[in-house]
Amino acid sequence: MSLLELEDVRASYGHADVLHGISLTLPDNGATGLLGANGAGKTTTLRAISGMVRTTGRVLFEGRDISGLGPDRTAALGIAHVPEGRGTLGQLTVRENLLVGAYRRKDKAAVSADLDYCLDLFPNLAERIRSHAAALSGGEQQMLAVGRAFMAKPRVMLLDEASLGLAPSTARRVYDAVVRLRQEAQVAMVVVEQNANLAFSVVDDATVLETGRVALHGTSSELLGMDAVRRAYLGG
Amino acid sequence: MSYFVQVVVDGLSNGAIYAALALAIVLVFRATGLVNFAQGGMAVAATFVAYALVRAGVPVLAALLAAVVAGFALGALLERGVMRHFERGEPDTAIVATIALLLLLTGGSAFFFGYEPHPFPSLFPNRTFEVLGVFVSLRSVGTIVVLLAVMAGLQLLFRSTKLGLAMRAVADNPESSALSALPVSRLLMVGWGLAAALGAIAGVLVAPQLFISPGMLDFVLVYALAAAILGGLDSPVGAVVAAAFIGVAESLAGAYVDIVGDDLKIAVPFLAVMVILVLRPQGLFGKKTTVRV
Ligand SMILES: Nc1ncnc2c1ncn2[C@@H]1O[C@H](COP(=O)(O)OP(=O)(O)OP(=O)(O)O)[C@@H](O)[C@H]1O
Ligand SMILES: [Mg+2]
Repeated sequence: MSLLELEDVRASYGHADVLHGISLTLPDNGATGLLGANGAGKTTTLRAISGMVRTTGRVLFEGRDISGLGPDRTAALGIAHVPEGRGTLGQLTVRENLLVGAYRRKDKAAVSADLDYCLDLFPNLAERIRSHAAALSGGEQQMLAVGRAFMAKPRVMLLDEASLGLAPSTARRVYDAVVRLRQEAQVAMVVVEQNANLAFSVVDDATVLETGRVALHGTSSELLGMDAVRRAYLGG
Repeated sequence: MSYFVQVVVDGLSNGAIYAALALAIVLVFRATGLVNFAQGGMAVAATFVAYALVRAGVPVLAALLAAVVAGFALGALLERGVMRHFERGEPDTAIVATIALLLLLTGGSAFFFGYEPHPFPSLFPNRTFEVLGVFVSLRSVGTIVVLLAVMAGLQLLFRSTKLGLAMRAVADNPESSALSALPVSRLLMVGWGLAAALGAIAGVLVAPQLFISPGMLDFVLVYALAAAILGGLDSPVGAVVAAAFIGVAESLAGAYVDIVGDDLKIAVPFLAVMVILVLRPQGLFGKKTTVRV
């Protein structure tokens, strides 16, 4: 059974239809990428999974249809969405942001172990543990957003352009941590990325969206072998 | 010397009244990110519940507790029934909605109880005692004690409980909080409920002094807002310190500055507040956050 499955998902904002029937599959512990130009519908696809936008079609999580559940319910089921723009809670400290991530968890000892793990994953956050999130640099905020999502102990993480606006070395550090989370904490990943090099360092396969439709799907090596994909997403 | 101390003590007991409502404003701000202008109206409505119960023969303590519970219910109900429709929109619209609520609640209270003030029973005896030549009323002492307990409780709620952390997260960014599985709408409801319960405590504490009427808290609300803002809007301790400052400044100005006198003394604390806010825009206790992009 796959962990997450989208079947002919359509979504609209008001009267504007944005997704015109997206299907994709994520196996247990898998990692899949979503590529596409600006406005292709990548963010909306993630929002459809976490219930932040109205949809038709089916979103199956662990075999159960979760379409129609709001974001707090899908999050409680084990879907951690790291939104575009990071969504850190600026007036809360780094530590408080991380604890908000663990809000639903009752396993106190494991939460504090995960907090230590998280700070090991992102040493920058350890140094700024008492700072307000609003005072962090962009890279630190992105790390905090990923860390907070991890603190929920999710089955799957939805990452939306985690490299946006970051220096290449900082983006690399964020993605190194994401790779570790996948391997060490068995968190499955749906990765939206403009930078395909970063995306392919995590994912096994990817779907290319074009104006709300699936244009292409393939494993990393298949996609990397295609000239058109290389030109569009790898700069040559 | 003892006259000076007397003036300060009188100012502090007024300050305690402002502080009670200021704490409710801080609570709603912390829990929802909004300044609620209806806070006074909600408190008065809850206080009228106690008034009606006492008139019906219910013991005072039971009636006051009932008012606090009624306050919680009223706050939760208004959040669910009215404010929820504005929470996803512009904060400005939501603030205007709270002003509309204030007018509605004041009108509603007047409809049932009229505009004229009625006497209201106090938990604390109306006695004064003398310490070193200064007269202190038991009622003020009682008010201050209750208030400090409430302040400590709020500080504890926000600093050291999971509920408090969740409420602050929702006030900061509701959409993002939902992504961490926080039950956003329930938390907003609880925030409004708690703030209204606190407002009810403020209402029953001041009603014996001011007499209960629909407009009882109108001027208190102005002081309370000033105190909440001066205190940094998100700090319970800040609100109480600022309220005490405003109460004392008002009292001292009335007593010592001849041209001010009783009529104009209301202006003095506001001038002081403005000067402080120009120098320290985040308030006395507000957190100064620098945003880097
Ligand atoms: N809140 C909204 N209301 C109306 N239309 C929207 C809204 N959000 C997105 N859209 C539209 O939906 C389409 C898909 O947007 P989406 O944000 O999913 O694209 P994206 O692939 O994530 O793009 P980007 O790379 O720029 O983040 C776009 O045409 C966009 O204009
Ligand atoms: Mg996007």
